[in-house]
Parts: sequence; C-alpha cells; structure tokens
Amino acid sequence: MMRLPWFDYRAPRTVAEAAKILAGEGPGAMLIAGGTDLLPNMKRRHQTPKVLVSLRGIPSLKSFSNGSGVAFGSGLTLTEVIRNEKTPTALYQAAAQVATVHLRNSGTLGGNLCLDTRCTYYNQNHEWRKAIDFCLKKDGDICWVATASKRCVAVSSTDTAPALIALNAKVILEGVPGQREIPVENLYRNDGIDYLSRKPDEILTQISIPGGWESTYWKLRRRGAFDFPILGVAIALQFSSEKIIQEARVALGAAASRPFLLEKASEFLKGKKLSDDVIAETSTLIASRAKPLDNTDMDLYWRKEVADDFAGYALRELRGDDMRATRLRIARFAV
Amino acid sequence: MSTQGKLRVIGKARRRVDGRAKVTGLTRFADDIVLPRMLHCRLLRSPHPHAEILEIITGKAEKLPGVHLILTGKDFPVTFGIMPVAQDEYPLANGRVRYVGDPIAAVIAKDEQTATEALDLIEVKFKQLKTISNPEEALQNPEPRIHDYGDQGNIHRIQSYEFGDVDEALAKSDHVFDDLFFYEGNTHLPIEQHASVAAPDGEGKLTLWSSTQVPHYIHRALARALQMPASHIRVIACPNGGGFGGKCDLHNHEIVVSRAALKLGRPVKICLNREEVFYMHRGRHPVLMRMRTGVTKDGKLTGMHLQTLLDGGGYGSYGPASTFYTGVLQTVTYELPRYKFDACRAFTNKPPCGPKRGHGTPQPRFGQEVQLDKIAEKLKLDPAELRLNIVAKPDTLTANWLKIGTIGLAECIRQATARSDWKKKFRKMGPGRGIGIACSSYLSGAGLPIYWNKMPHSGVQLLADRSGQVTVFCGATEIGQGSDDVLAAMVAEVLGMDPYDIRCVTGDTALTPVDLGSYSSRVTVMMGNAAIQAAEKLKAQIAEAAGEQLEVIPSRLSFSDGRVFVTENSNKSLSFKEAVEFAEVKFGTLGAVGSYTPPRAPGRYKGAGVGPSPAYSYSACVVEVEVDQATGWIAVPKIWIAHDIGRTVNPVLARGQVEGSVYMGLAEALMEEQVFRRLPPKMSHALVHKIPSLLEYKSPTSLDMPEIDTILIEDPDPNCPFGAKEAGQGPLLPVMPAVANAIFDAVGVRIDELPITPDKVLKALELKAAGKNPRVGPERFPLVPYPKSIFVLPPWEGGDGKESKRDDAVAVV
Amino acid sequence: MAAVPQRVHLKFLVNGEETPVSFAPYKTLLEVLREDLNLTGTKHGCELGECGACAVLIDGEPHLSCLVLGVECEGRRIETVEGLADGAELHPLQAAFADLGAAQCGYCTPGILMTAKALLDKDPNPSRETIKEAISGNLCRCTGYQQIFEAIEEAAVRMKP
Ligand SMILES: Cc1cc2nc3c(=O)[nH]c(=O)nc-3n(C[C@H](O)[C@H](O)[C@H](O)COP(=O)(O)OP(=O)(O)OC[C@H]3O[C@@H](n4cnc5c(N)ncnc54)[C@H](O)[C@@H]3O)c2cc1C
Ligand code: SF4
Ligand code: FES
Ligand code: FES
Repeated sequence: MMRLPWFDYRAPRTVAEAAKILAGEGPGAMLIAGGTDLLPNMKRRHQTPKVLVSLRGIPSLKSFSNGSGVAFGSGLTLTEVIRNEKTPTALYQAAAQVATVHLRNSGTLGGNLCLDTRCTYYNQNHEWRKAIDFCLKKDGDICWVATASKRCVAVSSTDTAPALIALNAKVILEGVPGQREIPVENLYRNDGIDYLSRKPDEILTQISIPGGWESTYWKLRRRGAFDFPILGVAIALQFSSEKIIQEARVALGAAASRPFLLEKASEFLKGKKLSDDVIAETSTLIASRAKPLDNTDMDLYWRKEVADDFAGYALRELRGDDMRATRLRIARFAV
Repeated sequence: MSTQGKLRVIGKARRRVDGRAKVTGLTRFADDIVLPRMLHCRLLRSPHPHAEILEIITGKAEKLPGVHLILTGKDFPVTFGIMPVAQDEYPLANGRVRYVGDPIAAVIAKDEQTATEALDLIEVKFKQLKTISNPEEALQNPEPRIHDYGDQGNIHRIQSYEFGDVDEALAKSDHVFDDLFFYEGNTHLPIEQHASVAAPDGEGKLTLWSSTQVPHYIHRALARALQMPASHIRVIACPNGGGFGGKCDLHNHEIVVSRAALKLGRPVKICLNREEVFYMHRGRHPVLMRMRTGVTKDGKLTGMHLQTLLDGGGYGSYGPASTFYTGVLQTVTYELPRYKFDACRAFTNKPPCGPKRGHGTPQPRFGQEVQLDKIAEKLKLDPAELRLNIVAKPDTLTANWLKIGTIGLAECIRQATARSDWKKKFRKMGPGRGIGIACSSYLSGAGLPIYWNKMPHSGVQLLADRSGQVTVFCGATEIGQGSDDVLAAMVAEVLGMDPYDIRCVTGDTALTPVDLGSYSSRVTVMMGNAAIQAAEKLKAQIAEAAGEQLEVIPSRLSFSDGRVFVTENSNKSLSFKEAVEFAEVKFGTLGAVGSYTPPRAPGRYKGAGVGPSPAYSYSACVVEVEVDQATGWIAVPKIWIAHDIGRTVNPVLARGQVEGSVYMGLAEALMEEQVFRRLPPKMSHALVHKIPSLLEYKSPTSLDMPEIDTILIEDPDPNCPFGAKEAGQGPLLPVMPAVANAIFDAVGVRIDELPITPDKVLKALELKAAGKNPRVGPERFPLVPYPKSIFVLPPWEGGDGKESKRDDAVAVV
Repeated sequence: MAAVPQRVHLKFLVNGEETPVSFAPYKTLLEVLREDLNLTGTKHGCELGECGACAVLIDGEPHLSCLVLGVECEGRRIETVEGLADGAELHPLQAAFADLGAAQCGYCTPGILMTAKALLDKDPNPSRETIKEAISGNLCRCTGYQQIFEAIEEAAVRMKP
C-alpha cells in the first residue's frame, strides 16, 4: 500500500488564518484542498510537507455569485462547478472531462488551477525515480526530456486553466498583506518547477468569469476517463449579430509548462467570419504554438500533427457545425 | 444411473455459488487477512538493470525502532524457478541484479510505514554491468551473460522444428507470402496487487495464504526454496482478484515472508504496490515474427515457416514453455500440410515475461490472421470464405502431431458473419469505416504438467454424510473465472442436487487433492472430469443402498431435485439425505475420489509435450471500426464473437469469460504495452519500465468499451465434462487481428504491429497518400542462429510421430 | 517530528454506526477502514486515485478512500460495501451483480457497487450512457463491463416500487 509520509495537520476556519499559518511555517507548509493531486504526489514523495493546511473548513471558499459574470469560490468541487447551470460552456466541458466522477467529487477548482506540472519521468514512485537518478524537478540535476535544458519542461496538465484563460477569467490571491486579482494566464510561469506566480503565503480564493462569451473546450487523451490532457484547446468568441467575430481568445493547455493565451491566433480571428478558410488558417496558427515533448502519453509527433485538427473541431463547433459525433468519438461521452 | 438425459444444472443461467460473498465484501482476498501479532514486510528493489552487488549495509535500518528483521540474499542460498529447467531466481539477489525491481533485501517491521522508512536506511553498493535492453542487443552481446546457463550467450532458448519439407512446399505454391510482425509485450494488470501472509502454526509448520493461481506448484517450489519438507508447508490460494497468468509463478515475496515468519515465529504479511506488480510481470513476451506461408491460387495453405524472437526479460519463468507456444498451435485452426517453426528467447535486463492469457499464442495468431487477410485480398477472396474453406477437420492429426477432436470453427465463422451482416458490410462501408474478421483456437488444458510426472492433473474428493451435506475438495483455484461454480455444478448435476447445497473447499494443499492450478484453461475440463468421476462413484454407493430400500436395482434409480427415486415411478423415492443415511449404514463413512489425467498425445519427438490438449476451443471474431483519416483516431463501435465452447456450464459465467477476453484483447490491440525507457547510454545505464502505473498503463474504462455480441456455439466434446471446453482465453486471441483487418478495410493501411495506435495509422495513411507501401510494422528480422531443425514427418507423409532423418522425407516425396 | 501525534482519536460515522477509532494521522480513509476498523470489504488497486477499487460513499457521493485523509472524516457519513445489505437481505444491486455475472473476481466490485448506489439513489432510471459515465472511474479487468451495465439496469428495475 502506498502511504503518506508523516505530516502535521491544520484546519483553519478563515483564509486569513490559513495565510498566517503558511507565512509562519514557511516552505514546509502546503495547502490541501481536495487532495487529489497533492496526496498522490505525497505518496510518491514529490512533496513532503511538514504541515498540511487544509482549506476544507473555510466556508468562504465555497461561495458562488452571479452578476454580470460569475464568480466561483476556489473550494467548490469540480462536480459542483459542473452541476451549476451558470457555468460557462468551456469551463463546464473542461471540468466534466477532468479525471473521473470520484475525483471530481473531491477535487476543487482551485486545486485544479494549482495542479503540479506533470512528466512521465516525474510522476513515478520514489523508487522508480531513484533508478533514473532523479531529475531537475525533484532531487536530481538533469532534465531527461531535454538533457541540455537548464529548465524543467514538465507539462501543465490542468483542464480548467485553458478554458478559464479563453474565458478571460481572473483569480484572487490572498496573502497576509492583502489580496490581489490577476488574469488567469498571469497565474502561470513557463517553468515546470516554479510553475505558479503565486506567493508562498497566498491562497487562491476566487475565480471570476465575465459573461458574454461563446466558448468551447476540446481535450485530447487516450481514454474516456482518468487521463490527463495531452492537448487542450479552449476558444471563446464574441460575435456581432452578423456572426462577425468581435472578440476572440484562444488558449492551449498541455502544450507547455503553462497554459497560455495565443495572442496571434486570437487577434487573427477578430473581424472575421468563421469561413472554412479562416478556420483552416487559424488552426494552423494555433497548431504552430503546440510544442509537445516526449513526457506525456502518446507519440509526440502525432500530438503535434493533430493539434490543427483539434483547433478545427473547436472552431467549427463555435460556428455552429454539428460536432456531436466527433466529440463522442474523441471524448467517448456526450460532453 | 448415468449422467445422460436431461441436464438440470449444466447449461442453466445461475448466480455463481460464490456470488454472494463477492458482492458483500466477504470474499477474503490475501490482503484482507489479518492475524494476531502480524508483522509487515517490504522489499528493497534494485535501482539498476544489471549490476553486481558489492555490499549491503543494513546496520542503520536494523536500529530503527519497530524493525524486527532484515533479510538479504545470504538468507536464501537456494535458487528457485517455476519450471524445473529454469531454476534461475533467488528470493533476494545473490550478488547480482538483472532488472530494475529485482529484490535485494527485505525489512520486516511492526507496520508498513516503518518498513518503508527502514528501506531508505539500507545502503547497497553496486558495480554496474552493461545493460542488455532488447533481444537484438542480446544477440549482439553474448557477454556479459545475464545468466550462466541457457543455450548460448544471452540466448535462453533456441530451437527449430520442421514437419515435412517446408521449403519444398513453398516452392511448389502458387504464392508465397512473407511478412514481418511485431507484438509488443503487455502485462496482466489484475486489479488486486499480489499479497501473501505467512504464519507458523502451533507445531512450527508453515501456512502461506497467497494470491496465487497455482497452490500446488507453489507448494512444491516453496519446499525446495525453503529446504523444508512439503509436509510442513500448507499453501492456501486465496480467491484471486484477477490473475490472467500473472500469479502462476512462485514469487520472491512468497518465499521471503515464509522464511521471515518461520524465523520470527510470527505472521508476516506483504502486499505489493502497483509498481512492484509491474516488476513481477511474467506477462506477454514481446515477439518479433517472420511468417512465410505458401498458398494455392484458391486459397489453400501449403506450408508455413514461422520464425520468432522473444524478449524474455531477466529470468526464465515459464519461458521455455512460452517459446514453444509461440509456434505449436499454428496448426490446429486451419489445414496446414507442412510446418516449420524456429524460435528463440533472449534474456534482457527487464522484468521476466511469462504466461498471460493465451500464453505465447496471441502473437503468432495475430500474424497468421493478418496474413490470411492479406492473402484473401491478393487472391480476391472474401476472408471469411477463405477461412471457411480451410478450417481444420474434426478427429484429425495436425502436421505437428496434435490431435484435434471436435471443432466448431466453421459454425463460429458462419454465426459471427451472419450476426454482423458481414456480407453487406465487407469492403462496402465507405471511407473511414470498416469491418474485419479473424479466428483462433486454444487449449482446454495443457497435456503435460510443468514438471514431468505421470500422476493425475486434477483430483477431487467428496464427502457426504448423514446430514445430507456434500463437501467437495479440490486443489483448483478461484481466480474470478468461476472454478468453484463449475465444481459445484458438476457434482450437483451428477447427484441431482442444488449446487448451492454443495460446499466447495478449494485451493488448500493441506486439505484438497492436487490440482495443478488455474492456468492453460485447464480447470473446467480437468477438474470437471475428476469431479464427475468422484460424484459417479459416490452416486453408485448411494444408489446401491437406496436400491435395497426401494427394492429396485440401482440402474433404475434417478437422482434429481434432492431426491433419489425409481425412474418409472417417482413416488417410490427417498430424500437424498435418507439415501445417504442408508449408504452410511451399508458402507460406513462415505467418501469418493476422482482424478483426471489427459490422454497421451500422439507426438513422440522431443518437444512434443507442448501443444497437446484434451480438446481445443475455437473462436471467430468480427470487429467494426471507424478511423478518422485526418488524425488516425480509432473508434470501435461493435464486436461480435462466436466461441465454440463445447457445452456451456453456466451461461452467465461463460459469457463473462468471453466478454472479458474480448476486453483484454481489444486493450492489447489498441493501447496496452509494457514498454521501457533506456536513458541515453552515454549518460546512464538506466532501463526502466516507462509507465508502471494504472494511470499510464492504459486499461480501457467503461466508456472505451464497445458493445459485444457474444455467441456460444455448443458442440459437446467427448473428452470434456458434459462436453464443456474452455472459454477463458481462446476468445481473446482473434480480437487483435480482427481489429487490424478492420482498419485495413476502413482505410486501406496495414498495421503489422501491436498495439495499433492513432500515430501508426496516421503514419501509414501518409505513406499511402505519398504512393508508398501503406504499412507500419517491423522492417527487418535480425540474423538469429537457429539450430538445424528437429525433423518430423507429418502423419500423412508416413511419419510415426518420432524425429526422423530429413532423407526419409525426400524418399517419400 | 516530535510535534506530530502518533495517533489521533476520532469518531467516525460508518454505515450508520458511530464508532470511535484511533489511528496514525498519516492514514487515508482507506487505511483506517481496512486496518483500524477491520472493514476489509473496501479494496485497493493503486492507492493513487487511478483505479476506483477503493470507492466509498461520503455524504452520499462516491469518493476514493485512498485520497481522503482520515483526519478529515469526522462528522461525514461514510458508507462501505459492508453496509449495503439490509441485514441478511442483499441490496438489489448486490443481488443483480451476483445473478448477472457482474462480479467475476469480485475485486473491483465493492467500489463499483458503491458508485452505482450513488447513481441509483439520484437517478432511479439511468440510461446505458449514464451508467457508463457513472462507473467510468472504476476499472474492471475481468468483465468487459457489459454484465456490470446489465446488472445496474436490472437493479434499477428491481428497485421500482
Ligand atoms: C488519476 C487522476 C487523474 C486525473 N486527471 C485529471 C485530468 O484529467 N485533468 C485535470 O485537470 N486534473 C486531473 N487530475 C488532478 C486532480 O484530480 C484535479 O486537478 C483536481 O481538480 C485537483 O484539485 P484538488 O482540490 O484535489 O487539489 P489538491 O490536491 O488539494 O491541490 C493541488 C495543488 O494545489 C494547491 N492548492 C489547492 N488549493 C489551493 C488554493 N486554493 N490556493 C492555492 N493553492 C492551492 C495545493 O497545495 C496543491 O499543490 C487527476 C488526478 C488523478 C489522481
Ligand atoms: S521535464 Fe525534465 S526536469 Fe521536468 S520533470 Fe520531466 S524530466 Fe524532470
Ligand atoms: S486504490 Fe484508490 S483509486 Fe485505486
Ligand atoms: S470483476 Fe475482477 S476486476 Fe472487476
């Protein structure tokens, strides 16, 4: 049986209290929300926090509000996000395809955004990693994916982040000195080790999403459940009454160490209609930014080759094409 | 007084006798056992693929509070291995490790957490050796030898058999097809991780509860490994949470906890974690194949020359048998006048391969069935028709002297094609959609045990007493397939009882007669025949006593619904309980035994022992696919499978075995692979399992499974109990080639290697678009130093089943 | 780490019974159930969230007990396979699973039964698609799932008042 290492457990009742514990304990303390990412990592000794600061008992993180847009407390579970009728399409589609039913019942939206980066050289037991003499990300000094690289290139594997970036969402981070709000894309750094711009004492408390977007999320993975994305394409558009694109935001997940906004492709779409040509050109633009590496499931050249197809699916769906059969074949259930 | 007539239990859809326990959480798997004063064991495993151990320093670990014992190779001077010819493993490494995961030391502590902490405190000094990462490297590097035994260098087994002059047959053929195939290795992945509990009893003897499919083999091997009389060892096979062949070896940890329990005088438990289960492996060998087949212009086979190269991993395991199985069953499906088979198993620094569902035969089956599809395409024949035309005949011998009895394959093909609307779909489904067919056959039990002897393969003992209860004792092991249910059903049918009134005591070497275990699909046939024999004996005694009471001769009595009655006058009757009372008065304490030994096989050449079976099962499978031409993405909407089962004992379970086989076959076809990562050799010796986890080793979820239409073909086999053949392995075999053939029908590309993933399909589609050969698969077969063949004349060329000089053949032709 | 207690003492509510339990605080619910409450009906195949064998219900929803901290379980309603039957009377799901071959080796069965119970409690008439989705987080290596789908459908029928 894989077991957790010893830890001390704290259950603050407020965000301020949690921030204070984090600040006081320093790097030895870690937040735990649903635990579905942190606990496997602890069992594999990726993270061995001295103190676990649980967010479960903080009622404010379970809030939801609905005005001009929507705002989710970071402690809402993915199941709660899915069941909420106000959840924008792309976020719904992303959340509904995370992991499994059980994991979505435990896993939170905040935890999903702060998910550790992944790599098949890293997401292994301690014993296994010993056999490769570890790697840059933890306990070693070589990156086995790119042996010349000084930087860890582990993959951002959160499904909801690209969806939220496309939806132009913002997150609130609250630390001891106070809180700040930043766009979701700014939460991330393109570094497999230091992948968040969150400060050590900060807690992600809220995710707010403006209204008015038509959006979609397409996830590539091997099986219909469990599997992390090996490519995530999220697109949000605002159309004029003549179906001309006014605003566009395209984001990719599982294509680098961070989920990111594709400015060029987004800019390209503005003022255009979704003709076949525009879709083809945009898809190529999008695919050119996907730079898969050999550290996830499936062949990396193939992942590169199909990126434009996936982008095309997303755009065609937003145009109003009936993509249900394709969706079913890829997601293996009606998303 | 016979087993003929209307069957009351056999063939009825019923809840299995152990069904209730399985749904209430009461089935006690090995890890569920908790004993007073029990300690916990964990193993330190090698981080290196190939190394000498210079020193093991355990001092710090010994001092950790809560640690009771540390064992190393020094505590285990004797080798072990499941086959007598491959005694090449040590419970804990004896100076040498051969794969990442090879056990080196064991810690026994008050709990698992403490044992794990102690592992980190053990220091091992190694001298690394050259890593041999695949069979080609093994062939190129006879040194350093991974083992100091084996046929040569790093070749474990190398052999060649020829049944009739194949070169001549090919030369005379209208066409010769020469194809290369590769079948990647994969593993069993039972959801239950191996667990064992060992405990000394009051007399100091040992009991081992374990998740094993083969308690008898474990019992024998453990006696040797512990250098202890078998009479002082009791092995209890707990119900397995899935086996599929992965719990057929004696495993290091079973010996280690046994030794520890004896040393400490306390129970010791171990439960492997998932990564360790991947290291125990003994799964599907990766096999590279070259298959040259001659055909006439109307699609009859004239001869086949098969060459295989197996990646055996670091130890022997069942490898010698696996090596044979990659060839011997090529002859039992279709008429094949001449056959040559060269095989080579190499040692490499990876977890050892062994038997997985279909043991050694899925790989060449894949090649043969895909090649048949290519033959049909070339000859412009319908592949289903082509197969129907060449189906082997019942009650015949094959070129390699295997005896085929009943064969329902033609009916399987007819039903599978009819139900799938084959004729309307084949080559007519339009772009991106396709349908494919493949067939197969499998053993209903291996004809010989893994250690040579002439004793029964299965024994059953029955106890009946005045309470009216009947208890059946048998060494067979429940691994999910329903062996207890078959046992109860056989006895109940003969004695006219309700199967739920029969108690099964199974898989316990102290209490139950020997049964060789749950492997090679042998249980239904062998245990079933033994059970019928025992039940008939008991029935005869009861009938004799009851006949006296009812004043009729025993042959006029019937046993049914818990009563014994005069066949023509059911009012003259006794309850079963009353009848047993009279029998106990007449004969004293009642009991009966039955046993089964398979018929002697006709082949007389050395090596003829692998392949014979009391009966062969047959299957035909049709698969429909949808392939996206832009991405290569594959969807499988539906699978039809017809299986020649002889007779169905319990349709609920039979269907479950067939559908479970299809599941595993589809997984092997599309996603499963046990693959390894070699780090850049200039920087590291590392060779690690790429994905030892349930997340990254892909087993399909409920969303990934198509609908399966299962068709059971009944053609009772006289060698089998009530005619019942196997159903647990055969139906896996045709699935992979049927998928490959369907993909060809859909998009016109050949993927000659497994698994078939979207990237390979896309690559082949790109080749096709470029006007090149639209095929992805192995490109070359290395030079393998196969020896001169053992030459045997096929039955129809005047042979006697013995090895003969090749010149004899020339004389005949 | 001197500050960490060797054991914690909590009250669990398992299968409707309130039980005091003491355990090492690093343990997950899975370990507490199996090792400290002797409820070995709940199984495990990975302990990393990758198989579903350890699924139990917490406040009526299926969760993976291998990824739930024991120290976070006080005050939550936990249901395991041991509590599914009503005395000697099997739950319709259990009966249908046994009758229709949905449990082969039976190792994935407790997790699937509990997951299916949560489904039927919410949706007494699930479609085949809904069933497939609901148990897609439970790997079964034996059955190919078809007989499991059928058993859940049969149980739904049998549960009709
Ligand atoms: C088998 C398996 C499959 C999975 N598949 C997917 C998948 O397909 N897609 C996917 O996106 N994820 C997947 N996951 C990962 C995980 O289940 C989800 O990402 C989940 O949403 C994580 O949320 P959590 O609350 O459980 O996070 P936790 O494990 O509690 O936390 C994750 C990380 O975030 C930090 N954290 C949590 N909350 C906060 C906060 N409020 N502020 C700051 N930091 C915080 C934690 O310290 C920790 O480092 C999978 C996990 C498993 C085990
Ligand atoms: S990308 Fe490189 S450094 Fe990062 S986890 Fe993978 S192997 Fe390690
Ligand atoms: S044991 Fe919990 S998911 Fe596998
Ligand atoms: S019945 Fe064996 S794993 Fe599901």
